[in-house]
Amino acid sequence: MTGSTAVPQHPEFLWRNPEPKPSYDVVVVGGGGHGLATAYYLAKNHGITNVAVLEKGWLAGGNMARNTTIIRSNYLWDESSAIYEHSLKLWEGLEEDLGYPILFSQRGVLNLAHSLQDVRDSVRRVNANRLNGVDAEWVDAAGVKEICPIVNISPDVRYPVLGATYQPRGGIAKHDYVAWGFARRADELGIDLIQNCAVTGLDVIGGKVVGVRTTRGDIATGKVALAAAGHSSVLASMVGLRLPIQSHPLQALVSELLEPVHPTVVMSNAVHVYVSQAHKGELVMGAGIDSFNGYGQRGAFHIIERQMSAALELFPIFARAHLLRTWAGVVDTTPDASPIVGLTPIENLYLNCGWGTGGFKATPGVGWCFAHTVAHDKPHPYNAPFALERFTSGALVDEHGAAAVAH
Amino acid sequence: MTRLTTGGLIDRTTVLSFSFDGRPYAGHPGDTLASALLANGVHRVATSVNRGRPRGIMAAGVEEASALVQLEAPFPEPMLSATTIELYEGLVARGLPGRGKLADRPDPARYDAIHAHCDVLVVGAGPAGLMAALTAARAGSRVVLVDEQPMVGGSLLGTRGELSDWTATVLAELTSTPEVLVLSRTTAFGYYDDGFVLALQKRTDHLGAAAPDNAARQRIWRLRAKQVILATGAHERPVVFADNDRPGVMLAQAGRTYLNRYGVLAGNRILVFTTNDSAYVAAVELAEAGAEVTVVDPRTDLAPFWAAECARVGIAVRPGHMVTGTTGEERVTGVHLAAYPSGGASATVHCDLLLVSGGWNPTVHLFSQARGKLEYDAELGAFLPVAGLPGAGVVGVRVTGAAAGTVSLAGCLAGGAAEAVAALRDLGVAAQPVAPPPVGTDRVERAGLVLWTVPVEISLDGSDLSDTRFVDLQRDATVGDVLRAAGAGLRSVEHVKRYTTIGTAHDQGKTSGLIASGIMADALGVDMAALGTTTYRPPYASVSFAALAGRDRGAIFDPVRVTAIHSWHIEHGAQFEDVGQWKRPLCYPRRTAFGGLEDLPAAVARETRAARTGVAMLDASTLGKINVQGVDAGEFLDRIYTNIISTLKPGFVRYAVMCGMDGMILDDGTVMRVSDTEFVLTTTTGNAAKVLDWLEEFAQTEWPDLRVHLTSVTEQWATIPVVGPLSRQVIAAVAPALDVSNEAFGFMTWRSAEIAGIEARICRISFSGELAYEVNVPSWYGIAVWQAVFDAGQPYGITPYGTETMHVLRAEKGYPIIGQDTDGTVTPQDLGMSWVVSKKKLDFVGKRSFSRAENLRPDRKHLVGLLPVDRSVLLAEGAQVIADPDVSQLPVVMLGHVTSSYRSVALGGTFGLALVRSGRDRIGERLFAWQDGEVVPVMVTGPVLYDEEGARRDG
Amino acid sequence: MQLISCPWCGPREEAEYHYGGQAHVAYPHDVGAMSDADWADYLFFRDNPRGPFAERWVHAAGCRRWFNAVRDTGTHEVLAVYRIGEPQPELGTQASR
Repeated sequence: MTGSTAVPQHPEFLWRNPEPKPSYDVVVVGGGGHGLATAYYLAKNHGITNVAVLEKGWLAGGNMARNTTIIRSNYLWDESSAIYEHSLKLWEGLEEDLGYPILFSQRGVLNLAHSLQDVRDSVRRVNANRLNGVDAEWVDAAGVKEICPIVNISPDVRYPVLGATYQPRGGIAKHDYVAWGFARRADELGIDLIQNCAVTGLDVIGGKVVGVRTTRGDIATGKVALAAAGHSSVLASMVGLRLPIQSHPLQALVSELLEPVHPTVVMSNAVHVYVSQAHKGELVMGAGIDSFNGYGQRGAFHIIERQMSAALELFPIFARAHLLRTWAGVVDTTPDASPIVGLTPIENLYLNCGWGTGGFKATPGVGWCFAHTVAHDKPHPYNAPFALERFTSGALVDEHGAAAVAH
Repeated sequence: MTRLTTGGLIDRTTVLSFSFDGRPYAGHPGDTLASALLANGVHRVATSVNRGRPRGIMAAGVEEASALVQLEAPFPEPMLSATTIELYEGLVARGLPGRGKLADRPDPARYDAIHAHCDVLVVGAGPAGLMAALTAARAGSRVVLVDEQPMVGGSLLGTRGELSDWTATVLAELTSTPEVLVLSRTTAFGYYDDGFVLALQKRTDHLGAAAPDNAARQRIWRLRAKQVILATGAHERPVVFADNDRPGVMLAQAGRTYLNRYGVLAGNRILVFTTNDSAYVAAVELAEAGAEVTVVDPRTDLAPFWAAECARVGIAVRPGHMVTGTTGEERVTGVHLAAYPSGGASATVHCDLLLVSGGWNPTVHLFSQARGKLEYDAELGAFLPVAGLPGAGVVGVRVTGAAAGTVSLAGCLAGGAAEAVAALRDLGVAAQPVAPPPVGTDRVERAGLVLWTVPVEISLDGSDLSDTRFVDLQRDATVGDVLRAAGAGLRSVEHVKRYTTIGTAHDQGKTSGLIASGIMADALGVDMAALGTTTYRPPYASVSFAALAGRDRGAIFDPVRVTAIHSWHIEHGAQFEDVGQWKRPLCYPRRTAFGGLEDLPAAVARETRAARTGVAMLDASTLGKINVQGVDAGEFLDRIYTNIISTLKPGFVRYAVMCGMDGMILDDGTVMRVSDTEFVLTTTTGNAAKVLDWLEEFAQTEWPDLRVHLTSVTEQWATIPVVGPLSRQVIAAVAPALDVSNEAFGFMTWRSAEIAGIEARICRISFSGELAYEVNVPSWYGIAVWQAVFDAGQPYGITPYGTETMHVLRAEKGYPIIGQDTDGTVTPQDLGMSWVVSKKKLDFVGKRSFSRAENLRPDRKHLVGLLPVDRSVLLAEGAQVIADPDVSQLPVVMLGHVTSSYRSVALGGTFGLALVRSGRDRIGERLFAWQDGEVVPVMVTGPVLYDEEGARRDG
Repeated sequence: MQLISCPWCGPREEAEYHYGGQAHVAYPHDVGAMSDADWADYLFFRDNPRGPFAERWVHAAGCRRWFNAVRDTGTHEVLAVYRIGEPQPELGTQASR
């Protein structure tokens, strides 16, 4: 019995498969991580349990099933680090809270710097993180090697590693288990999780949303919370709402199971890599975003090839690892690489989208804040800066300039 | 001895030595590692990942889910199927306990990629694929035929040489036809948009250590086909029963392939458990090869032909029975039988090989990747490509042969030709199907019994963790796991896959995926068609990272750009910095009196001193340069830049800033007017391509009415600023015909002049505040002119300087570097450069954004200077600026950050630039820079710290 | 990798192109007269449909010309390509490629 790659057993029961009721107090559109977490916190924090989560496919089958599970909170701006750090704190108690083994592993996250400007940006971010109460440190190339011995820190590579920011509390978790943990608790609390139920229309009367039309019938509701990631624009357009969002394919890939070689998470912006070794032993790696708009959950192969070149630059040891599977999600990108969470011009319609490539790490945090927003018809202080209006006022939370890859 | 003395496609005259799990063995060319192991009586190959159970060889191809090995020589490679490794001399391998091991040394092999375009791409060189390729080839089309095996034939390779003469003839014709490319050892692993197929060719793997060093080991083929014909065959699938994972339990077709292709009789007492007629031929051939064979078939209505054949060769047939379990440890020793479906009348039969067939799964991976729709065929128990229905197929993709569910050989041959004719018709080519070779009567005439697992108690609480009915051998996932998943409330095959991990291993569920769905459907009482399959995703078979990285590694991971003067910099000991793709000298350390090299601060102190007090020179050739021509060039630039350009006169130069639509600074540089209709712009080094793209986009899409043309001339000009109070003397010396006086050649003008006999453009511009002449010559002459200036400057102690000195000089003058002192959230006004924003122009890119609420806030961040109270303390670039040094309460309010920080000879101490909230209103205030726990008191000043009145620019 | 026909060069690999987002969003005439909301709409808001989408591409590694395409964002099928300044073609049920 080797046992070392075994993962914990799942619970014997996860969720019911109920028929939709004619009406709910709140309908959450999108049964991904964010939608499920929102439903859970609606019930847990606000006592709102007459809730349906509508999922057009299978629960957590969108970006939740397709991301590279990196968790960190070392964002540059105060607004970002606040909501991500709130999320990270929730991650730290989530396994217990959900009663589900989510394999949350705080193995640390390295963000590499490859140019002098990368170094400046990194030091800036580390200092900002520290003053915001987020654990962060700057490590030089030798320090990178100490944390992750397989990183090639030779000065002879095309873009040598000059150092990195390191967040020890960052890490990874098992995405499916996280979603299922939220789903199971939400189900226990009486929330209906309804799969294979696509929303085909939103009923608005007098500027107020009152119902949802679905492939499984019409549902009356007091409030609608949209949590549909890459499909948000399509849903919003049903009520004539335009969003500053573009949906792009984002690909990721996985190798075979390998003996442990990679103890942490390494991300690099210049040599575009983000990689970790999952619990069972497979290398999990994200590729660059495909440039074009696409809903097809597939990207172009030259993006994967480029990704492999980048990976081998930093990790020559990966040369004969094998690609077993590639896939793509649909990511909802915003002009400032920050999300949109809050109220909409339509009464009782709430919006959570625009997380782009970084939504997984925010799952508990945004669920908490979005539930608050829906319950109180008012944003939680952590998501107040992420209102739709910021694009009009110009008060963007521009994380492009923050040097960290936004995953 | 399990190796037969005759037969098969192996070369018995050559012996290959290899080692497995530390023991020496011998095999022959033509063997796979799996066949060679079986020939040596080795059945146990690996150990299962979670339960540590012995595992053997279950297949003869890429669908293998069990026999995973680690190659150790000639170079370590993790996790390969023993069934896909061609044997070579000196092979060293070991069985894997579920996880591979990466090499701890660099991979010496080379990899590359190649593009090919064709009319018709045929994937699979079995009977259907060969017919398709031949039909297309004879029609004169450009054809590529790829096949994963070292030789063509596909499923025929597992037969007793059936149609072997024909396949040889076809191969000869194909390879001799111009415009036809046959690629063996090449696995098509991904279908992407518009007929783009990726294939991996294993070029030298089969040579082992004898592989030539100069040949690419593996090659990625990027195939673009107008029509794709998938003749990818089918994978046999097993039936699940208890202890079905023992070594010696094998797919029936694999047993037949080992016999016929490799001359290996994998067992002497063989039990064949089949639900369909296809395994009977294996049983008969194995019996004829000398094995004692028993057939167990749950069906009671045996086909008369096969009943007679079995009788002829002495095979005992047990109709109406099933295998419920096995005995043995390292290898199967016996089989439990019982009546089907009741489970009664159980008995145990001895055997040393158990062959299983539960039917066939058409290999629809590429079709599915191409978004082809699949439909469940209840008779075959398989998902088949839907063809012929409107909207169901995929343009340009066809499936034929066993991959399309065709069972008979004759059907496959005819189908391949027919699909080629149809594909050619779509290309506007009229073609005739080639005549198929004669084949015998097909004896597999009816569909079998669809049986995923032998009947089991369906119990959704199924928490029996000792279950040994394995669905996915590699993941140690069982029937019980599937039932548990259903019991947990899961109704989607994708959820079941994730809950059980079935289908996520090296084989990606080629044999297990459908069985899991079938068990699930049976357990829930739902229709298999409604349940569907999990998604097929690339790659079809595993591909090494290195193969995909190809040649784009090391120095050519990203092109290295160097200036025309680069060799001089190297000769003179420059240290380099990566700026975008460019290599730029950071500084030129000199030998010290003690024989060592100056460190960066020492070199920079010396270089800055030279520029401020004598003369120094810089290679600024990396600056982006864009030539703008046309009668509307001035108008165009007025719309792009924040300031007015059209009023600039020929012979003059202007500093200019461009913003994005959002009003944030995008880039800055100088604009030189060459003539009424020609300008040359400079951009920052890293932004050159981005700025050209930006300008072209506007010129073409927003203002196509403007007559303007844009050309990158970055690489056409070498740019050499000659800087310092003594620069005039140096320029006068190299350009004797040029009047270098301030009166004749004023600041912000440019002149044409000969320098060292080379026609040059010389600009009186300065990024240091000192008197400076920027010399521009065609790159071809760059190094000659650089040397001439350097030589002419010797009497004045001319000093070459690098980017760090450039940065210090400009920072002392408060000149920002876009991208260092700005970060995409900074406006010209934030930098204190309202003067560069025209009030007169009606509009320019970004203007409207300046009047947004956020831009009008008085507390925006401003660029200011920071002087540490202790002028020996160097601020960290990236230090945060705070008002209150008490940081015990987090979070702390941050006012901004230090963007630039240097030691300055001219200022007699350290200084910095910073973006600080309401910074201009804080000039004279004492603030604090926080860096890694250290609090440094600083005074806020204006950004210009040196020669504020600008007296030095004229020397 | 999509195969996209440049209206000047013919069919070329997607890797030769850069993407430019929604087509037919003209720079506004009188930006001074625009409200902040209208300006924000121009600045940041673009259509993002699932299905046919008129969008801009530039043949960056070829003729460097911008052009427009109607492409289905669900299937990646390029339904039409046309030059800058040409009207968006009416697309019937019969898609041309």
